[in-house]
Amino acid sequence: MIRVSGLTKEYGIRRAIDNITFEAEQGEIVGFLGPNGAGKTTTMRILSGYMPPTEGEATVAGFDIVSESIEVRRRVGYLPETVPLYSDMTVFDYLKFMADLRHLPNAEERVDDALEMVGMEERADGYIGKLSKGMRQRIGLAQALLHRPEVLILDEPTIGLDPGQVVEVRNVIREIGRERTVLLSTHILSEAQQLCDRVLIINKGRIVAEDTPENLQASLVGAERGVLRVRGEIDGLIETISKIKGISNVQPKEDDVLEFQFAPGQDVRAEVARATVKAGYDLLEMRPIGMSLEDIFLQLTREESAETES
Amino acid sequence: MRNIWTIAKREYKIYFNSPLAYIVMLTVLGVVALIFGANIINLTTNTFGFSQVPDITIFTGPMAFMLLFSAPALTMRLLADEQRMGTLELMLTAPVRDWELVVGKWFGSFLFVLTLIVVSLIFPYILNSMVDPGIDQQLMLSSYLGIILVSAAFLSIGVSISAMFSNQFVAFFLSLVVLVILWFLIGIPSQLFFTGGEIFGYLDMNSRFYDSLNQGIINLSDIVYFLSVTALGLFIGSVVIEMRRWQ
Repeated sequence: MIRVSGLTKEYGIRRAIDNITFEAEQGEIVGFLGPNGAGKTTTMRILSGYMPPTEGEATVAGFDIVSESIEVRRRVGYLPETVPLYSDMTVFDYLKFMADLRHLPNAEERVDDALEMVGMEERADGYIGKLSKGMRQRIGLAQALLHRPEVLILDEPTIGLDPGQVVEVRNVIREIGRERTVLLSTHILSEAQQLCDRVLIINKGRIVAEDTPENLQASLVGAERGVLRVRGEIDGLIETISKIKGISNVQPKEDDVLEFQFAPGQDVRAEVARATVKAGYDLLEMRPIGMSLEDIFLQLTREESAETES
Repeated sequence: MRNIWTIAKREYKIYFNSPLAYIVMLTVLGVVALIFGANIINLTTNTFGFSQVPDITIFTGPMAFMLLFSAPALTMRLLADEQRMGTLELMLTAPVRDWELVVGKWFGSFLFVLTLIVVSLIFPYILNSMVDPGIDQQLMLSSYLGIILVSAAFLSIGVSISAMFSNQFVAFFLSLVVLVILWFLIGIPSQLFFTGGEIFGYLDMNSRFYDSLNQGIINLSDIVYFLSVTALGLFIGSVVIEMRRWQ
């Protein structure tokens, strides 16, 4: 559905993206993960037909993004990062306008459907200028869904939403991703983990890693970490926990908190809990610590610079 | 064509949401009404009856002049604001060609001015009932054709300049400067130099209206001139929008 090969974009002398190559199939949700300024938005803008690349080729839904730009734009639903909306229009008028530009038959029905998908039916007659950030985000998403596009390109779709809305929007995306192609960008690892079939990590305009979220995490994380909190002082427990098979590197973090490492895929929680209670402590909390995007990121970029040095 | 109509319709509606458009309409019609009224009073009080039968140029002339100042105010927002608000990204990723966007914006403002022109028909109507045997129909047709053509050209220049800036006030002032040059200044060299000055005379917008269409003379060359300026403005606007994609 999306085929990108050797895509490069230069702004003056600055290279925003450098020789990016990837593919995304129908029924797949692909996530772009990376820090600000990594080139996520530039790549998405090129694929949505907003601007041509300096070098390289890409096809979306079988059409070339430069020579058949209009055909590409007909088939893509795009939510830009800044969520531009006409604040002087009502929600309904705005979506009707966008539907008319796409020559949709029964445009009003489509608008109602899209509003329902993002849970904004009740605000149809309100002015866009009066909406909160989260609502604007949802209207932007409704706009991208209007024509039931084959390919959905979403630049930071859940940014600015409250937790309840984040869950709703993710459900909408997951629903669409079943039959269509979704390319979304995020800098939240847990979001990529929950939503994406595949993740592309992008840094300084290059793709530095590409895999399923699980594999990425597993390959990068040598050991998993867990946190244990009990009532009272924890010092006496350190030795007991250290003795459990598979656990290493037990460190006290606070008076009542300790952190331990264990091999990935090995569930030690039951044993830790038993040992804690057996030693006469009240177990208050135990949870795994996932690796954050920042950790993964630092590790990847460190590996990359090590490679170039050797 | 459909996209042009969709975009024009939106712009047309938005004019009626903004105080600026009402101010423009009231100012143009108000000033024209004053001049019209003053002319009528002057002509009726100075002599018994009309010394000279007034024709419709007593208000079509001032109206063209007022539109020169109104056009930049009506077009300044059209594309500059899209860039400022970021909605240009929306338009450029919708299945709309760049020229359709520019022509649609222009057509929206043109429809607004046409509305204003239709409202202004009240003046020839009043005049027609005052003079005997009624107003000169040929002059009426050619003056109004002139006003419509002049407006189309003014607005197209305004739209093309609005495409170049994200600040609407910069767009307003530059449009005004360009229109003042084309209307008042460009013809001057043709009066100063006997040789080589003709080219400037050819470009003079002012004389193509006041000395020709507004005198009841319908020349194909004047019509072609105004249509060419309009097309050129829209073409430049489209090129500017396309260039924005490459930035």
